[in-house]
This record gives sequence, structure tokens and C-alpha cells, in this order.
Amino acid sequence: MTDTAISDYPNPLPRPASELANLERAWALPRGLRILTAVNNTVIGYFYIGTAFLFFLLAGILALLIRLQLAVPSNTFLSQETYNQIFTMHGTVMMFLFAVPVVEAMGVMLLPQMLGARDLPFPRLSAFAFWAYFVGGLVFFSTLFFDLAPDGGWFMYPPLTSTRFSPGVGADFWLLGIGFIEISAIAGAIEIIVGVLRTRAPGMSLQKMPIFAWAMLVFAGMIVVAFPAVILATMMLELERAFGWPFFIADKGGDPLLWQHLFWFFGHPEVYIIFLPAAGMASMIIPTMARTPLVGYELIVVALIATGFFSFGLWVHHMFTTGIPAISLGFFSAASMAVSLPSGIQIFAWIATFASGRLRFHTPSLFVLGFVFIFTLGGLTGVMVAMVPFDWQAHDTYFVVAHFHYVLIGGMVFPLFAAFYYWTPAFSRHPLSERTGKMVFGLMFVGFNVAFFPMHLTGLLGMPRRVYTYPAELGWGTLNMISTVGAFMFAAGVLVFVVDLLRRFRPTMSDSAGNIWQAGTLEWLPNGAYAARSVPRVTDRDPLWSEPGLSKAVEAGRWFMPGTLTGMRETIITSTIDAAPVYVLRLPGPGWTPFLAAVFTAAFFLILTVKQVTIALTCGVLAIAMMIAWVWPSDPPSAGRVDIGGGIRLPTTMRGPRSQAWWAMAVLMLVAGSLYLAWVFSYLYLWVVFPAQWPKPQAAPLHGIAAAALLVASGIGVSLAGRWLPRAFGPWPFALCIGASLIALCTAPALDITGHWNSGWRPWQDGHSALVGMGLVLQGQLTLAVAIMTLFAIARRWAGRLHLRQPVVFDNVRLLWLYTVAQSLAGLLLMHGFPRVAT
Amino acid sequence: MKGIRPYLVITCSIALAGCEGTQSALDPHGPAAARIAILTWFLLGLATAVLGLVIAATWLAIGGPDSVRGWLGRQRTVVAGGIVFPTVVLSGLLIYGLWLMRADASTSTPDLRIAVTGEQWWWRVTYHLGDGRAIESANEIRMPVGRTVALTLTSPDVIHSLWIPSLAGKVDLIPGRSTTLRLKADRAGIYRGACAEYCGGPHALMALHAVAMPAQDFASWFSAHGATLPALDDAQTRGGQLFLSAGCGGCHAIDGTEARGIIGPNLTDLGSRQTIGAGLLPVSRENVARFVARGQHLKPGNRMPQFDIFSDEQLSDLASYLLAPKQSEPHD
Repeated sequence: MTDTAISDYPNPLPRPASELANLERAWALPRGLRILTAVNNTVIGYFYIGTAFLFFLLAGILALLIRLQLAVPSNTFLSQETYNQIFTMHGTVMMFLFAVPVVEAMGVMLLPQMLGARDLPFPRLSAFAFWAYFVGGLVFFSTLFFDLAPDGGWFMYPPLTSTRFSPGVGADFWLLGIGFIEISAIAGAIEIIVGVLRTRAPGMSLQKMPIFAWAMLVFAGMIVVAFPAVILATMMLELERAFGWPFFIADKGGDPLLWQHLFWFFGHPEVYIIFLPAAGMASMIIPTMARTPLVGYELIVVALIATGFFSFGLWVHHMFTTGIPAISLGFFSAASMAVSLPSGIQIFAWIATFASGRLRFHTPSLFVLGFVFIFTLGGLTGVMVAMVPFDWQAHDTYFVVAHFHYVLIGGMVFPLFAAFYYWTPAFSRHPLSERTGKMVFGLMFVGFNVAFFPMHLTGLLGMPRRVYTYPAELGWGTLNMISTVGAFMFAAGVLVFVVDLLRRFRPTMSDSAGNIWQAGTLEWLPNGAYAARSVPRVTDRDPLWSEPGLSKAVEAGRWFMPGTLTGMRETIITSTIDAAPVYVLRLPGPGWTPFLAAVFTAAFFLILTVKQVTIALTCGVLAIAMMIAWVWPSDPPSAGRVDIGGGIRLPTTMRGPRSQAWWAMAVLMLVAGSLYLAWVFSYLYLWVVFPAQWPKPQAAPLHGIAAAALLVASGIGVSLAGRWLPRAFGPWPFALCIGASLIALCTAPALDITGHWNSGWRPWQDGHSALVGMGLVLQGQLTLAVAIMTLFAIARRWAGRLHLRQPVVFDNVRLLWLYTVAQSLAGLLLMHGFPRVAT
Repeated sequence: MKGIRPYLVITCSIALAGCEGTQSALDPHGPAAARIAILTWFLLGLATAVLGLVIAATWLAIGGPDSVRGWLGRQRTVVAGGIVFPTVVLSGLLIYGLWLMRADASTSTPDLRIAVTGEQWWWRVTYHLGDGRAIESANEIRMPVGRTVALTLTSPDVIHSLWIPSLAGKVDLIPGRSTTLRLKADRAGIYRGACAEYCGGPHALMALHAVAMPAQDFASWFSAHGATLPALDDAQTRGGQLFLSAGCGGCHAIDGTEARGIIGPNLTDLGSRQTIGAGLLPVSRENVARFVARGQHLKPGNRMPQFDIFSDEQLSDLASYLLAPKQSEPHD
């Protein structure tokens, strides 16, 4: 099979002389300041990784300040207020502005090349996600310089973060700034899921997909499930702060522990969200460095999925000291231990791969070995803290600080540095220096252990976390001094790395140092801005190993789609499981809209923080306008069937579940569903903990029933509107039908709110009323999105861009619409039905 | 039990001499902490062994003899090392952990109930006398050796966590809820504890002490009647007048006087406590004066305004008065 593939290339030589020039023109990078308009995944990848690394350095400097303050007892280097802001920002920036973005950025950078795609399926979405993060992140960080930074800890527990105990805007910056950056992370996750599932090279079935792609798929899936929980929590806390809806105020029937449940339902998976891609990188680097295929590929895939699954069942282990009943403690203790199994599988798979090959001791190998050691130790202390009685002592002490730095720095920063050293030759003219690399590794590895190993003991000797000072009598001085020395050693390693980076890293699209490690996966094919010249059929997990002539054939253009078929940027969309070619997706080129949309979205959230509502809303409207301008040219008219070579002729448009747009909308609906389930959990949770405070059913059912009827009618209406899509009907019947349905959809929540209001409901009354309000907010939010999309669809219909042959906009509106109807009906049933059943 | 606490600081100090107060999970002085300390050492040993195993396996996989490498380089290794081995070890651990939790979850009636409220940034300690009345103190929990004391934990403001590592693990104090921490000390001593849940501002300076006293000492301290107190000397009298005239009683109570404030700590037995400012400074006249005059420097952000209007002499009088022996009076 492989032999025939080699001898029987789909495209003959010689290639037409203009083919490469046309391809290059289609993918040409904007120059000068217009680089801000670039959407190419490699350019965005550079920006994205660079920005995330900048935040790593900034938050690292904060860590050094923390270590300086704690170096000696009763130190006065930092004031208490400053210290509290700094440790809050250190944690927040490391988690939200470095760890998640940097692995997402690695995905954006590596995945298309690794999968044999020309680019990700929604290049402007990744550009938007990046710019939103860039602007939002920098503004958020700079609050530190104006003494406006949050000081409630990265976990932001209410009531400490409520208006009563944190009246300043710091907490609002956290809630709106971070909430917004989470939205950017979700945008990236949608991109990655659709990219991994639909843009793989022909023949790269799921079981031939590189492990990194598997890891990123699980990573993105976890973001989709986990992040909405914390988005809901931040929305609720901000509503509490701004309008007094008492979700977390115990005196008014709220519960501070609700925040903890929501936060850790996100927060614990977050650790694995960070770790899985890093483990995926290790699983790519190790086989190359040992020159042998990965042992236990299938087991690792199962381990990745199992980690994603288990990680949602153990959030309560952050709450072992809250007085939760022993039976739940036992369950979550068991789940917390079980999650170490998949990590064990991966570690032994790597060991087996070392054994089946011959490890070359280049810098990436050293970082991977450091990772295995540090992460194993962190995992073992993780098992320790999963033991409930031990956790009662270790919780919130420096033992835990040691534990999670072993897990996070060991499990994520070391593999990331391995990845920097490993993949730099693919993206830079020169590889990084091996000699300096060994020094960097030495400083970082020794420094890390000197800094964090003693903290295990410091914690057991009684030192709590988040203290800005400690008295000398308690005997923690020496250990803290050692930790500080280690931290600076680690920082010196990072500094040497940065110097080497400045000296040797020269980003390039076309003349990279190349496959210096003799790796086997597609990202090492010769590359241009268009990724590989032609897209090979993949028959193996390590195609460059199994087909030695592959690089040459690909570069010569003998494989699929060696040029541009429509004059635009294109990538091949393949089927989800076995990667059979389905159609050719035309991709958008550079444009200002993603950048401007991101800037205005960031401005909306950040200006809202300082309560300049008019300016904020203006920015919000501008952001939506930019997005509409951005989406307008999408779903272009078909360019007919095109020939990618080998007799394969593919369509250039696609509708329904075979299209990339359908998948993106499906994932977005999953996000909305997660958000809603988090709300349902919150609603029922308050009943479980305070059944006595549950109000008697008030709202008359009449409004609810009427609202339900309107929702159903609107759902039927939008489905009917599809009948008038053919061009022949003209715009009117479609517009009237969908417009009337929209009115019904929007009237439903208004009617429901009126019903609640008339029966005396006020969201600021008590926790239950606030949660009813939150349910209505979620419904209103979706309804608003559907309304904007519907108006957009009507406008396109009038412009002749929406009909049976360009139906994608309508398809997507209808999907989200029907989802909105389903969710709203579920909400009506819960909010009207449950209080009647429960009381 | 109708109790009036006499001033017993001298006897107690002698009994407990020399203990600055340990705060270490590795230095257990009660059964709960001891069980966890054993668990800790066991887990540390186990973790070291497993880490050693992984290092050895990695070492052999990279540089070992070919026979060993051939044996390690198979999927079987992954199944044995990554699935079978951890499943066995973790199942054992889980059972051990559940058994330990059962030991800690005893529901027997405690010998004594004390209410502890975590407030920004100090501890209100209320001894219930059993007749509906209570006496109040702060930042110090007195308890009889060998008896189980149940602390009822609440918070009126933010979440705190009470942790006295030598005696037991920590339990959070959560607004709107009541949690329980059971303490038992095996021997007399002063055990330092701290707030373990970040509670804003000077969270770092929110410590307390558990003072475990021999049972009979505790009984006489707790329930003794009408001990005669030495009369206040001139300086103390002046200090007392200043205390009232400067409005200190708006926030603080001193039993038997007009000072009945409930915002801040009850100061009646201040002279017999280990520290002022919630573990901030050892109790002494100088330190009390310093705290009154420069409290915001010593414990930034604490709720007490800084009284730098007083002269040194006034501060000295005030401190003398505050440290003078007084009787706690039960209230409803």
C-alpha cells in the first residue's frame, strides 16, 4: 500500500511554473503595520507564544518579589497591601495569562502543520482570540502599576471579594478581565476542536493522528466543559457586586461555598487542561529523541481521555476542610487518586519508549527527563493530599504550594521548554544553542528543586500559604531563604534562555533550520507560509520515517493540492474519523476586522470595570459591528468542483454536519450547554444546602405557559423559514417568517420576567431570586445572540447572499435558535416546576 | 456551672514555662495530629519508594543492559507500571485513609464546647458554661489535657480556617455555616495555631494559641469563685479612666465596667493571655502600649484605629490597667 502510494503520486511533474507563485501570492503575509491584520496560524502562533511567554516572565518577576519578601522573617521589603496584590496577580497571570494561552498558542502554531492542513479552519477566530487576550491581558496586568490590582487571591473566594470586603475596582478587573480572557480561550478551543477533527491530511485517521493532536483535542474539550463554570461564577459575582444579587451572601440565602464548587469545577480540570498538552508534547519529543515509535500509543490516548473524564470528578478535593460530609470526602478522595492512573500510564509509556530506542541527550531530552522526575514527585505528593486526613494538615500550607508547583512547573513548564528547544528548528532559521541549552536546563532544574523541595517541609512545619510575613521564632527562616536562592537560580536559567532566544531565534516561514532531529511527523515537512507545498496522504503515525522520500515529493508538489485551486487560501476538509477528503474550504486572508473586534471587545469589558457604561456600550456595539463585517464575506458562492490531484474532485462548499461551520456551532452549543448546566447545578445546590429558605412558589404559571408556547411557536417558525430559502421566493416570505419567529422568541423571556415581577420577585431579594434572575440573564444572552444573527441573516437574504446554495448562515442561526428554545423550555420547567415539587 | 474566672496567669505561666508555642504538623501533641503524623511519615516513605522505582526504571530504560531494556520497552511495562501497580497501591491507601477518617469522625459527646468565631483578623473565643451563660475571651483557647473539646466554628465576615497543627488538622469557618473541630491534647503545653484560609489584609497576622492545662488546673481556672483580686494601683486607675474616656469601650468590653463594646476582643483577661493582636506580640506592658499607639504599623489594616494621641505616660497607664488582673463575668 505504501509502495503504491510512493510510485503513484496524485500530481505529475513538472508542475506548472506559475503554480508556486500563485500559492505564495494567496498566502502572502501583510507587511509593515498591516502585520496586525495577519491571520495565518504561524504568524498568530508567534505572537501568541511570545505574548504568553512575556506573561510568564512578568508573573515570574512577581514570584521573585514574593520570594524576596519571604526570604527572611518579619521582612519589610513589600507592604502587606502590595504583597497581597502581587501573590494574587502571580497566580492569576500564571494560570490565565500564561499557562492556558501558551498551550493553546502551541496548538495554533503546531497543529495545522502537524495535521497536514494549510491553516486552521477559522483563522480569523484565532486572530480574534489572540488579540483579545493580548489587549485584555496587558491592561489587566498593568492594574498592578496603578495600585488597582485585585488582592483577593487567584481563587477570588467570596465573601472576601464581595463589595463589602473588597470595595475597590480590583475585584471587578479580575472578574471582567479574566472572564473575558476565558471567552478568548473558548474561542481558541472551538478552533482547535474543529481543526483537529476536520482538517487532517487525507488518510490521517484518528488512530494515526499524532499524540499532540489527541492531547489538544482533549484539552479543548475540557475547556468547553470547564470554563463555562467559572464564567458563570464570575458573572454571578460581578452581578452581586454591581447590583446586589446575593448569590454568595449567606445572610440572604446565598452560599459562599457555591463559588468554591463552581470555581473548582473549573479549577481542578484547569490543572489537567494545562498538563495534557504538555504531556502531548513530551509524547512527540520522546520518540524522536529515542528514534523509535511511541510505545503504548493506544494506552496513552485512553489515558488522555480518561484524565479529561476523571478530572471533572474531583473538584471537591480543594474543599476537604469545609466540613463536607465524610461520605462525599471518601468519593472525592478515591476519584483524586484514580486520576493518577492515567499519568502513571503515560510515565511508563515514556519509560518503555526510552527502553525500546536509544535516547539522544540533546536539550529537549534533558527537559523531558527533568519533567518526568519533577512531575512524578508532584504526582506523588498529589496522592498524599488526596488522602483526606493528610489534607486536613497540608491544605493551604506551603506543602501544597510545593505540590502544585511540582505539578505545574514540572508538568508544564519543563515540557514547554523541551518543546521550545525541540520545535524551534521548524520555525526559526537557527536552532537554539545546545551548549547554552544544557546550562539553561541545569540552572532551571537545580534551581527549581532548591526552591520548591524545601517548601514541603516548610508547610509541614506549619507555614500557611498567602502570608506576607512570619515571625522568626517559628523557625521557617532558613528554609525560606533556601527557597529564595533556588528561585533566583531558576530565574537565572530563564534569563540565559531569553538571551539565547534573542541571539538565535529568527522567525521564518520558508528557510527554517529544518528537521535536525530527524523527526517523523508532518510539521517537519519543508514549509512556507502556506504550510507544506502539497498535502500528502498519510498511511502511518510517523510518515516521514515510513516514507523517506516524502519530504521531497511534498515539496516538489507531487501530493494533493500543490497550488491554489481557486486563487484563495484553501485547506482540505476531511471526514472526522478516517480523514477521507470531503471538500476544499476556502479560507479568508488578512483583514482588520478580527483585530478591531478584539480591541473593542476588550475595551467593552475593561471600561465596564470602571463603570463608564456609555463608552463601554459604544465599544460593545462597535465590536459586534466589526464581527458582522468580518462574517459578511463568509460562505462565498461555490467555485464548483476542484481537482486536488489523483482524480479526486471536491466541492468548494458544504452544508450540514459535513461542513466545518456546523461543527463550530455544535461546539458552541456545547459551551452554552455547559454554562447552563453550571447554572442548573447552582440553582439546585442552593436548594440542597438551604431547603428551609426555599421560597414558596409565587409566579403564576400562566405567564410561564404562555412563554413556553411562544418559544415552541418560534422554533416551528424558524424551521418553516427554511422553506423559503430558494432564490425564487424573493426575500419577503423568508424575512417575514423568521422576523415573526424572532418576535416570539424575544417576547418569551419578557413575558416570563413580567410574570415573576408581578408576583413579587426581585433578584436582589435572596439567593434563590438571584439565581432565577441569572437563569433569565442566560436566556436573554442567548436570545440576543440569536436576534443579532437573525437580523444578519435577513440582511444577507436581501443582499442575495443567503439562499439554497449559500445556506450556511441560516443553518447556523437555526441550530442556535433551536438550542435556545430547548434551553429556555428547560429553564421554564425548572424555575416554575421545581419549587412546586420541592416545597 | 456558675463560673467566675479568677486571675491565674501566674500559676499557668509556671506550668507552661518555656513553651513559645510550636506550630508543626510533625510535632503532634494530640491523638488526631498523631494519627496524621504517622500517616505523613508513611506516605513520605511510600512516595520516596515509588519515586525511586520510577528513577530506577528510567535509568535502566536509558542506559541499562540490553536484556533489561528489551524487557522494559514493551507495552506490558506500561500496563504493569502504569495500571496494575498504582491500582494496588492506591486501593490500599484509600482503605487506610477511610479508616483514619472513621477514627476522626467520632460523634461521642465532647467534654467541653467552645465557640470560636473567626473575625477579620482575630478570634473570638466563647466558653459556654452550660447554664446558658458564657464568658468571652479572644485569641486563646484554654482546654483541659486529655479531654475532648469541640470547637464550634463560625464566621461573621469572610472565610477563615482554624489550624493548630500540633493538635489536629484544619477546619474552615464559613459565613452562614457552623463547622466543628474536635481537639484533644495529650499533654500540657501551648500550641500555636493560625488562620489558614486567606482572609484579606493582615491574614498573615491572625494567629492564636491553644493552652492545654492539666485537668484540675483547668477546672479551677474555669469555675473558681470569687477570688480576691488586688486593688488597682494609681497608674492602673488612671489607665482605667483613660480607657473609658477615650471611648475604648465602644469596641471592647471589660467585664464589670461600663466598657461593653462587642466589635473588638473582650479585654477582661488580657493580662493572662499569651499574646496581643492575635499572636502578634507577647503580652507585656510595652507591647500593649505599642499596639495602642502604632497598631496600624504593626498590623496594617486591622480594624482598630491607631491611638497616637496618647502621651507615653498615658500609654503606660493604659497598658498597666489592661494587664491588671480582672474577673471575667458570665453573660447571657
